[in-house]
Parts: sequence; structure tokens; C-alpha cells
Amino acid sequence: MRTITYRQALNEALAEELTRDENVVIMGEEVAEYNGAYKVTEGLLDRFGPKRVVDTPISEAGFIGMGIGASMLGVRPVMELMFWSFAYVAFDQMINNAGCVRYMSGGLIHCPIVVRGPANGGTNVGATHSHTPENFIANTPGLKVVCPATPYDAKGLMKTAIRDNDPVYVMENTLLYGESGDVPDEEYTIPLGVADVKREGSDLSIIGHGRAVITALQAAEVLEKEHQLSVEVVDLRSVRPLDEETILSSVRKTNRALLVDENKPFCAVSSHIAAVIQEKAFDYLDAPIARLNALDAPAIYSPPLEKIQLPNVDAVVKKALHVCS
Amino acid sequence: MNATKDYAEAPINQQLSAEEKISFLREMMRIRRFEQASLKQYQQGKMGGFLHLYIGQESVAVGTVSLAGDNDHIITAYRDHGHALAVGMSMNECMAELYGKATGCSKGKGGSMHFFAPDKRYWGGHGIVAGQTPLGAGLAYGLKYQGITGSCLCYLGDGAINQGAYHESLNLAALFDLPVIYVIENNGYSMGTSQQRSSAFKSCLAERADGYNIVWDQANGEDLYEVRAKAQVAIERAHEESRPSVLEIDTYRYYGHSVADANSKKYRSPEEIDRYKQHHDPVNLWQQRLIDEGVIDTDKAKEIDLAAKEEAKASVQFAEDSAFPEPEAILEDVYYEVDTDSEAGQTGRHFFND
Repeated sequence: MRTITYRQALNEALAEELTRDENVVIMGEEVAEYNGAYKVTEGLLDRFGPKRVVDTPISEAGFIGMGIGASMLGVRPVMELMFWSFAYVAFDQMINNAGCVRYMSGGLIHCPIVVRGPANGGTNVGATHSHTPENFIANTPGLKVVCPATPYDAKGLMKTAIRDNDPVYVMENTLLYGESGDVPDEEYTIPLGVADVKREGSDLSIIGHGRAVITALQAAEVLEKEHQLSVEVVDLRSVRPLDEETILSSVRKTNRALLVDENKPFCAVSSHIAAVIQEKAFDYLDAPIARLNALDAPAIYSPPLEKIQLPNVDAVVKKALHVCS
Repeated sequence: MNATKDYAEAPINQQLSAEEKISFLREMMRIRRFEQASLKQYQQGKMGGFLHLYIGQESVAVGTVSLAGDNDHIITAYRDHGHALAVGMSMNECMAELYGKATGCSKGKGGSMHFFAPDKRYWGGHGIVAGQTPLGAGLAYGLKYQGITGSCLCYLGDGAINQGAYHESLNLAALFDLPVIYVIENNGYSMGTSQQRSSAFKSCLAERADGYNIVWDQANGEDLYEVRAKAQVAIERAHEESRPSVLEIDTYRYYGHSVADANSKKYRSPEEIDRYKQHHDPVNLWQQRLIDEGVIDTDKAKEIDLAAKEEAKASVQFAEDSAFPEPEAILEDVYYEVDTDSEAGQTGRHFFND
């Protein structure tokens, strides 16, 4: 085991897959000579050369579409979006082309493409740069979406995403890039569609994905120390495909569910998880399912207020106490 | 450019055999008869959605696709029936697709705008205006990445040139030296809006390529020899220099933007449409050319046309006789990993229907 950052874990995943498969090519804005806007691709140009690590112009619809076209011929592009918020100018390519071409061709074509980059609020960059579109992507059959919360998951899920033969959209988090965690020395992958119980507990299940999981884990500590509550934290890791069984078995054990989610509340990922629990574990519930989402407004700039807008430890603790009362 | 130049003298055309010249006539007649048959069935309510007819533009697809070799790929927009037949897709699979039948080229999942045949290097069939243009760059990128000498012929309409995706594609194609040829099929109207009312330009639409340092040219679409001669130059540029081109081909569609276009005779005059039919029809002009050259006679032309008509009629029967997809098909062909029953496809829930 080694302790490395989330950023390094992603970098290792990219480097290992570049080494393993010559069809893998990294493309995006500033990924090569600049070494990555967030340094996720640092050193890859030096190691793998300009054919494998390619700088693109600021032209998301163009270069993401180009990657999709190349993937139809068997190239396996891993496209970086400097921010997932920039996907919105490339949505036709990402939804209509990558998401629908297999279906509309009756299964004749597939797109083994990865689109990755940070998708989070909390960095005081205003609404245009703070979107969390995992719910949009999960609403598109044909696409897969994963949101790793830890260095271990980031590396294992990224490697699997690159090997997957469907389009996989990986949503990272700038606030997690510098966070450290244990990663094995040996090679490993993590399957998509398998959730992870990050902390075991018996009084309440907190279910989330991405950075919300880290917030939930911190809140679980507080709840245990200050309120003697045993909290289980379930990390979805992969939003679609979704591991329903792990969610349901946790809720059947604890009988209470709090969904923490940085999505805005309307039609959020947590909306769907609530529906799943309601349909399949209703009889096990001792309290209504609770949700804690980002406050329902565009991401605010003002730094102290943005902290309040996103699910934070205090808010999780408060909501958890309410669910357990 | 010499307006009176005879493109029959271009080397690529001089080497044509009589049989090849006849095959171009046959392909154009097949497209026209197929589409006329589909229009008739559409009007009888046999198919849903839109039907964007290619009639009047046949020389563009047939002329350019006739030059495509084993590593030259094709991708187009939603007016895609002509290209599909030109690359060798059968009338049966195309008509059945229009009917939404399981025997359709996309198993009834794509419809008129979404025909595909990757085994024939035909990558669609794309419904969103200019959405295919980055994909065309990507196919060229893929060829280059894999070290294959080839090209991608990426077709778009005159209405598509104002979409950002097209401009982004031109920039990428020039920047990365991609062997892609953007073929603008200029039929004069972006749906109901004429070129003059929709596009700002100096001499022609292709000229915008200048700003990206891409070589461009214009061709008269009513002359199949000219279409071939000019497309060949672009394909050679792709193969030999790995450089993009833009080729604007002036053409005309007789029907509306789609059959549902109720104003197709309002935004342009009936006289204008008649003028094209009488004097600029690419099929008639090619037929006359072959008669003048002594390659065929009128009887032979009629025979080819009759065969195309019969084939189209048979394709209607094939579509009529075919079954609709089973309801289970709705959930097939969504994810590769699920369809192939791989470990990844069996892990986690992919569909959320109950």
C-alpha cells in the first residue's frame, strides 16, 4: 500500500492504460504541454509523446465529437474536460452522438470513449463553472457515469472506464484532487456498478456519491462521538450502472436513509435513489427517506455562502439527527 | 475556372469503362425510384416521422461515393437515403427501416434520418444539423492515428455551415492535418430559408475554408463528370498530403426540406422547381450524356429505369411483409457490454424499468 493523492491516482490510471493499450489516446485542453490544468495528466506527454497525449483547442463540441468519431473506428480516446461545466457546449456530441449511435444503428456501432474532468461546486467560480451533470448523464440510456470519492476508487474506476466498450463519463472533483488515500502497489480495477460501504453502522444509512461521501464520513464521526449514533456510509461510486443491492441491504439493516447529494434537488441522483428505496425497501423504513442536496439555486460565488449552499458536515449532522429522532 | 470545361476529359473520368458509366446511371435511378416509392408509402401513412428526400441531388452521392476506395469512409446528415444506396446498402433494408421493421438496417431503431452500414464504411445518417461534422473529423483522425491512408467524405447541407460544430471541425481538421473532405451539398435552402437569407458569404459558402487555410472548390452538381473530377482532387489531397478540403457542390432538391414541409412551394416558385427539372436534372443529363457518347441507347436507359422501379416496388413489398421488432428490442442495442453479456454488462443495474 502507498498513500497518494486522488490526482496521482488518476494520473497512474491514465499512464497504466496508455502503456497497456496503444489505442488509448489522451486529448483535451492543456493536457500535454501545460501538463493539465489541474495536473492530472502531468508528465504524460514526456512519457508517451505527442501522438498519445494531444492538446486540443478550446473547442469542446469539436474535439469531443472528433473523439467520438475516432472511437467508432476503434481508437479509445480519453477526453479531458477542463470543467464538466464545459460539456454543455458539447452536449449534442455527448448525448446524441456518443449516447445514441449504438441504438440508432441497431447495435452496429459502439463508442469506447471516456470523457473525464472535474464536476463540482465549492470553489467560488460562480454558476457557469460549478455544474454537477451526473444526473443529466444518468438520465441518458447508452451512457455510463461514475463519480469516485477516494484515490483508490479514482484509479480503479478510471482504468475500468477506459477498458469499457461503452461511453463512460467520469466526474472528478477539484476539491478532492489533493486529498490522499491508500492505493495498492499492484494493479487493480474496480467494476462499474458496484457500490462500496465506506463505513459500517447500524442506526442510519447515509448514501451518496463523489465528494458528498467524504462529507458524510466526516459527519458520521461527529454523529458517533457526539450523539452515539452508528452511521453506515454507502458510496455509490457508479451512478449508472447502479448497485441497488448494496443500497437496499444497507437500508434493510439500518431502517433509516439519508441521501446526501451535491446535485440540485429537482430530479437529482438522490431523487432516483429515494424512489428505489421507496419501491423496494418501504417496509423496512422507520422514518421517511431524507435528502440533503445543494440548495436549489445556481451556484453562488460568495465564498462563505457557497459553503452553506453545498451539503456540509453541520447540515448532514442536523439532517441525520432529524431522521433518527 | 473555365465554365465550358469538359470534365469528361479529366483522367479519373477518361479511364471509366462503359459499364462503370452505366452503373452511375443505374445508381442514380435506383435512388430516385426508391425515394419515389418511399414518398408514395409515406403519403399513405406507412411510416412515421420525417422523410427528407434526396431527389434532384443524386449525382452528388453517386459521383463522390464512386471514388471511395477501401479506406475512404462516408458520413452524412439526415438526408441520407442516397448515400446509403450509393455505398451499396440494399433497398430492402432501407425501405424496411423507413417502415420501422425489424429487417431494417437499424432494426427499426433509427428511421429515415439514421441509416448506418459500418461494414460499408458508412457511418450514418445523423439527425442534428452539422452534428456529424466533428464525427467526420474523428473518422479521419482515427485513420491517421492507425496509420491508414484513407479519407472521410463528410457531407453537410448549406444550412449546416452556420453551425459552430462545422467551424470547430474545420479548425481541428486543418490544425491536425486530417484527411477529411467536407462536401457541402448546396441545394440553396436551409429548410425554408434561402441561402441569401441565411448565410453571409463573399463568393460562395466553401470560401469560408480560406480562413482555416483549407483548400476549397466548387462544382456544378448537375454534371457527374465534374463532381467526380473535383472530388478526386480532394481525395488525393487527403491520401497524399493528409490535408482536408471543402468541396461545395451546387445542387437542387425538388421536394421540401422534408415531406412534412408544407411551404416547399411557397418559399420558392414553381417555375424555379420546373426549371431545374427541365434543364438541370442530374439523372436526365447523365442519361443524355451517355446516349450522346453512344454508351447506351434510349431503350437501355428505359430498361435500367424499369429495373430500378421494380426493385423499389419489391422493397416496398419486403417492408410490408416484414415484422415489426418485438417489444423486447426496445432494450437491446443500448449498451455494448449488456448486449454481449460481458461481466461488465452483468454488473450493476443498467436499466430502470421496474
